[in-house]
Amino acid sequence: MKHVLSDLWQITKKDLLEFARDRIRLITFIIMPIFMMVLTGFIFPSQNSIKNVPIGVVNQNGTTGNQLLDVIKNLEITSGNKAFATKTYSSINAIKDGIKKQEINGGIYIPADFSRDISINKQAQVTIVEDQSNPQISGIATQTLTNVVQGFGQEIGKQKVGVLVAKTGARGPNAGVLITPITSKLEGILPGSTNYFEFVAPGIMAMVVMTAVLTGLAASVSREREQGTLDGILISPISRLAIILGKAMSQSIRGLAQGAIVLLLAIFLFGVTINGSILLVALLLLLGIFSFVGLGILVSASAAEQETATQLLFMFQFPMLFLSGAFFPTQQMPQIMQDIAHVLPLTYAIEALRKVIILGAGVSSVMNELIILTVFGAVTLAIAVPLFRKMITR
Amino acid sequence: MTKTENTIEVKKLTKKFKKFTAVDSISFDVKKGEIFGFLGPNGAGKSTTIRMLTTLLTPTSGTAMVEGHDIKKDQNEVRKRIGLVAEKIILYNHLSAMENLEFFGKLNHLSKDEIKKRSERWIERLGMEEWKDAQASTYSTGMKQRINIVRALLTEPDILFLDEPTLGLDPQTTFMIRTFIQELNKKGITIILTTHDMIEAEALSDRVAIIDHGKIQALDTVENLKKKVENKKNPTLEDVFLQVTGLDIRDKRGKAKRAGGPPWRGGGENRVR
Ligand SMILES: Nc1ncnc2c1ncn2[C@@H]1O[C@H](COP(=O)(O)OP(=O)(O)O)[C@@H](O)[C@H]1O
Ligand SMILES: [Mg+2]
Repeated sequence: MKHVLSDLWQITKKDLLEFARDRIRLITFIIMPIFMMVLTGFIFPSQNSIKNVPIGVVNQNGTTGNQLLDVIKNLEITSGNKAFATKTYSSINAIKDGIKKQEINGGIYIPADFSRDISINKQAQVTIVEDQSNPQISGIATQTLTNVVQGFGQEIGKQKVGVLVAKTGARGPNAGVLITPITSKLEGILPGSTNYFEFVAPGIMAMVVMTAVLTGLAASVSREREQGTLDGILISPISRLAIILGKAMSQSIRGLAQGAIVLLLAIFLFGVTINGSILLVALLLLLGIFSFVGLGILVSASAAEQETATQLLFMFQFPMLFLSGAFFPTQQMPQIMQDIAHVLPLTYAIEALRKVIILGAGVSSVMNELIILTVFGAVTLAIAVPLFRKMITR
Repeated sequence: MTKTENTIEVKKLTKKFKKFTAVDSISFDVKKGEIFGFLGPNGAGKSTTIRMLTTLLTPTSGTAMVEGHDIKKDQNEVRKRIGLVAEKIILYNHLSAMENLEFFGKLNHLSKDEIKKRSERWIERLGMEEWKDAQASTYSTGMKQRINIVRALLTEPDILFLDEPTLGLDPQTTFMIRTFIQELNKKGITIILTTHDMIEAEALSDRVAIIDHGKIQALDTVENLKKKVENKKNPTLEDVFLQVTGLDIRDKRGKAKRAGGPPWRGGGENRVR
């Protein structure tokens, strides 16, 4: 038993040396997390990523309509960038055609009687057209347009109420306050706003690290089994625990390295700030890995061939990615899915990472997750190791 | 010199893969210091037997003692006393010969010095010194097999298992390895050699076990086996083999298929049931 650690380390060292010499594997290893990050970082839009969204406009009214359009045209959500790039169309149907051709991602139609209705105190109406083929962009765009129209309406309302108030001769009430008697102030825990990327970054990190360990471990064992080199290890008089833990260790080191790549990209390329302790992030990743090692061992012991192992893992991993809240908050999911999510260790790892990275949570706030991950890892490992011992000599 | 002391005692050793019986209740002994030939057609169960004796496979039933240690209970004691040249070459392609040897040596708790000393001795003997620091991926199969044998010898085993060690090698390397096996045996290492090469089995083995369909069909010295061949003067080991295992051609599953005609050398008339 006293040899377990040194034996384990021999295997880890050998695995890493082999890996470092294998150019192709090394390159994919580095490219994969970068690819994942860049992809998710750029494809998922966030509120402040809305710039130059092409929309169609129709103004059948005159000056008042133009005033509204000017507000839309000059709207900047991130400073220096216009939110919308407007394109003038002749009719509402022309806007719809434009959306079908995907020239534009939405539109606004101002009818001829717009200013007349306003002046005779009838409720005026504009039509906002949405692009249903692109719910992400269109959701943000239509929300923004609605807000603009509402704000514009409130300004007009304020003037009208101002006039009325002046007529009654009452002193004090401010027209703006009368129109919107209640406002809400948004207060976050942190200064500034978070974007979707800050939400996904911890998810991607946990996912990359843990799938690397899971697939890496299974692939590494089955590769050695197919090549025959596993026999060379198995025939040495060392503890089977040292063998499997040595392999798990080399995969964990690789996983952590990939996690570091993701973290660095998130910080330097996507401007994510780590509000909590970096050490706690590392600890969470380690425990996340630990929680997966048992599963990895089970898969590697049961799948005789590399291909079977990969397929088995894919079946397992794919749903896990979506259920664990890496991309969408688990709270959005139906109850049954949430229940499943709460059996997956990845869910806890991601939740905890998010708390630490985005909200700057400390150890005490993620204690539950730390305990769950540790217990999950210990239990699966306790099941997996004896099974590995048995199955490897089947 | 007759060898009497048993180093391996196999008792009713059986291995089933699901319903298929690969090794069917075989029993035999291997004497200390002998070269024991394990001869059989493809799929006969040779490798499965070797893998059980080297603790890589758990027997379905039966057991064996290796140097007095039970292969089911004292696996590490067995492992300490044996060397294995398996069917697949045990060598990492991305590592050099020396790196490979150091890794496997360390797993067997040898010191760096011991590993170096033992490796260099056999590397020199097998003519690999120029290559010892090159990555194994640059080696030919024969070169890999030579390093593989050095690896198996690192622990100075009492018993060396060789599973078809010359399969697919050129005649020069084959000759070198065969000579080397005899050399090792003279130093007192017991050799268990599986092969389906008659010449190899005949040239090297003190005794030969002919295995087919997971059962030992004959076991004796080459001399004695030859005496059992009927209808032929000066029979070869091949005649013995064909008489014992028949003319059916095996696929990998061990199921027999009728051969289309007599084999290229007229062994057909010797066949006795
Ligand atoms: N892991 C395994 N699973 C299922 N069948 C196997 C396995 N290993 C060997 N066999 C089968 O057992 C039989 C004996 O195989 P083996 O011992 O490799 O034969 P030999 O070495 O004599 O050519 C073959 O039919 C082979 O297909
Ligand atoms: Mg074989």
